[in-house]
Amino acid sequence: MSRPTDSAPARRVRDLGARLRVGAPLVGLFVFLALAGPWLAPADPQAIDLADQYALPSAAHLLGTGDNGIDLASVLLHGARLAGLVALVVVGVSASVGTLLGAWAGYAGGAVDHAVSGLADLLQAFPGIVLNIAILAVVDEPGVSHVILALCVPGWVLYARIARAEAMALRQREFVEAALALGMTRSRVLGRHVLPNLLGPIVVQATSGVGGVVLAESTLSFLGLGPSEGVSWGALLDQGSGVLLRYPHVALVAGGAIAATVLGFNLAGDGLRDRLDPRSAGRAPRKA
Amino acid sequence: MSGLGYLARRLLRALLTILGVVTLVFLLVRLVPGDPVDVILGDRASPEDRAAMRAHLHLDDPLPLQYGRFLGDVADGSLGQSFRGDRPVSELVAEVLPGTAALALAALLVAWLLAIPLGVLAARFRGRAPDRLASTVAVLGLAIPNIWLGPLLVLLFAVQLRWLPLPGDDAAGLASLVLPAITLGTALAASLTRQTRASLAEVLSRPYVLAAHARGLPPRRVYFRHALRNAALPVLTVGAAQLGALLSGTVVVEKIFERRGLGTLFLNAFFDRDMPVVQGCVLVIATTYVVVNVLLDLAYAAADPRVRLE
Repeated sequence: MSRPTDSAPARRVRDLGARLRVGAPLVGLFVFLALAGPWLAPADPQAIDLADQYALPSAAHLLGTGDNGIDLASVLLHGARLAGLVALVVVGVSASVGTLLGAWAGYAGGAVDHAVSGLADLLQAFPGIVLNIAILAVVDEPGVSHVILALCVPGWVLYARIARAEAMALRQREFVEAALALGMTRSRVLGRHVLPNLLGPIVVQATSGVGGVVLAESTLSFLGLGPSEGVSWGALLDQGSGVLLRYPHVALVAGGAIAATVLGFNLAGDGLRDRLDPRSAGRAPRKA
Repeated sequence: MSGLGYLARRLLRALLTILGVVTLVFLLVRLVPGDPVDVILGDRASPEDRAAMRAHLHLDDPLPLQYGRFLGDVADGSLGQSFRGDRPVSELVAEVLPGTAALALAALLVAWLLAIPLGVLAARFRGRAPDRLASTVAVLGLAIPNIWLGPLLVLLFAVQLRWLPLPGDDAAGLASLVLPAITLGTALAASLTRQTRASLAEVLSRPYVLAAHARGLPPRRVYFRHALRNAALPVLTVGAAQLGALLSGTVVVEKIFERRGLGTLFLNAFFDRDMPVVQGCVLVIATTYVVVNVLLDLAYAAADPRVRLE
């Protein structure tokens, strides 16, 4: 009866769909490295060994060495911590603020909606990292907290847009009207009935959002605008690009880590979306 | 609502957004804690230098007066004076703008050339090999950061194969645009592929397409004359949403390929703490974004009368 491929766990894995099957392990690996990375690191990521610069991978240095002989594996492991920390805080703050503001705007309508939507429109007029850079430009020595701030300021907008659209749709639903008819206050309806019901799309967005923040932090660091303290994948990639012609392994290692992380979170987000909303699935049923 | 009413409303909203952008850029530099003079001169500057700089920047004027002066600089088109070299910001921007525009347009071209055939094939062969290929390409295109793709392309095409010039080779002409355009266009191509596929797949299931098939029209004619034209509208909107990525991508790609452009002007001004130039670049980028969005909206409304009725 129970062939190994039909066991409950195997079936559960198969039901995940191809995107989650690839994305979830990558996400898991990143989370593990962000948590445990600094303890797993074989060396201090800033330890200098001038005799051993830009060495190819070997038993002593699993991923080789970079500028000043730093151990690339250790840089990656410490960089995962920084990327994970920035992503956790930025997505946490952006998603919370955006969801609350968006849900409030969509549910209350009127002046609140105009104010929130107007601010969102305004912030969206600054494309991508341009506003991040403009914010960092007014800080003397950007640190991790400044980078987090620069990413949060425009970061909440997307979550607010999603939450607003969902809240506007939920406002019309019978169970919300019933709760109001039963005498529940509007704020209680918002907290008890509207917010919990719009979390699905927010979670999906937050999942791909982590990849986006990792990419944004790496890009800022690559451009030399990242946190001045700590070790970043983007800064390592910048270093690697500088010596690309002679020592391509540095850029390959750093860029590979960023790409694998972004890929993992994108796939996981897509996979979750497919599960929550079958209409958007890759294999939509063919009509007629 | 009439076409003219729609046009007026849309233009008014765009003007308000641009005014908001100008105001935000103004406030950003002034309301952030800390003295801009510290940032510009460093904290070891002499009190005389600091006072001179404060006077030069009119920092002791009341905020509304500063704002009025800033609006004047925007209105007369000069965008203020650079701290370094004392040239109007607009002159600096005008010098580098053609390079950036060429890069953005070339990237757009790359994206279309990749995305439309891939998206059409994927929609035509849904669930089969071309569809899986297209979706894999799209997933990878979105995941590979341009800060990595750029160096990888240089390594392969400029270093190993020597087909294309190395970054910074100014004598190369158009050939030097190829790798930057691919680097910038790939992510856009990925999302356009997805959108073309989804939009076309939806249109292909409509009765009029089935009717066209039933009338015996050749499939190519059905796809390109009937289906793709109607599928193009949502694709246009994605183009608008992705425009932001394209504009901010030029900052990164110009740095990777050592190209002169708005992005490198912006970054260098950032490192020089040349605030008027930083402000000017942000303004130009944001305004371009708003204006192109309006143009796309109007094109959309012209193509699809239903939009105006909303």
